[in-house]
Amino acid sequence: MGIGTYLALASVLFGIGAAGFLARRNMLIQLMSIELMLNSVNVVLLAFNRAYPDNHDGQVFAFFVIAVAAAEAAVGLAILIAYYRIKKTLDTDDATLLKY
Amino acid sequence: MTGPGATLFVVTSIFAMAGALMTISSRRPLRAAIGLLVHIVSLAGMFLTLNAHLLAALQLLVYAGAIVVLFVFVIMLIGPAAEVGPIQGRVASRTLGIALTIAVVLAVSTSVAYFDAPWVAVPDDFGTVEGLGMAIYTQALVPFEVISITLLVAIIGAITIARSRTE
Repeated sequence: MGIGTYLALASVLFGIGAAGFLARRNMLIQLMSIELMLNSVNVVLLAFNRAYPDNHDGQVFAFFVIAVAAAEAAVGLAILIAYYRIKKTLDTDDATLLKY
Repeated sequence: MTGPGATLFVVTSIFAMAGALMTISSRRPLRAAIGLLVHIVSLAGMFLTLNAHLLAALQLLVYAGAIVVLFVFVIMLIGPAAEVGPIQGRVASRTLGIALTIAVVLAVSTSVAYFDAPWVAVPDDFGTVEGLGMAIYTQALVPFEVISITLLVAIIGAITIARSRTE
């Protein structure tokens, strides 16, 4: 159970998030997929920090990733609510406000 | 690493993948949010196997306690319209996107799986509140203050964007 297992698992989780972001049309699910991708990056940072535990750089970086993810979720959900007020749907195929 | 750490890793990785798949595959957004919750809690358990105790607690507090609750609030605020109809149209581009994602994931995961580093013994304060707190407040003090300003700006921005224009 080496560090490579953690890295492989993190890449699979990142791929699940990316596939969800690309395939789904629901804006809520797409935001959740972004959270999945951010979380998988944290796994990589912590695994490398565990392998080289001389300092806390990876954990500090993961801490900042969590903080940025919280800010991103707040702003993203606010944009989602504003979009829902205009379009009355969460379907991203209808997001054509900037298209023409 | 053998023993309870390996067992915990196997269990949490299975639950993390199941939660992630439930998140991206369920029609109902509330079920997706529950899948995200399962994913986040199992990743917090996985952080424990990596000696990241403070980050496991923060993961539970910030992700499970704040972000998932925020998602559930929005789902309940929007109501039935939060559910979008079945996936249809643009089959070619969607298939191409998923196929490319699977290809990249296969390439990356099979290549990084061979990477190995010995699990050296960790210092006593590794990953604890004291150790990580010292690292944050000595090496990363300026980024820490910047991130607090960023969170404040995000709060103000979220209020400004989501506020109703009708008043």
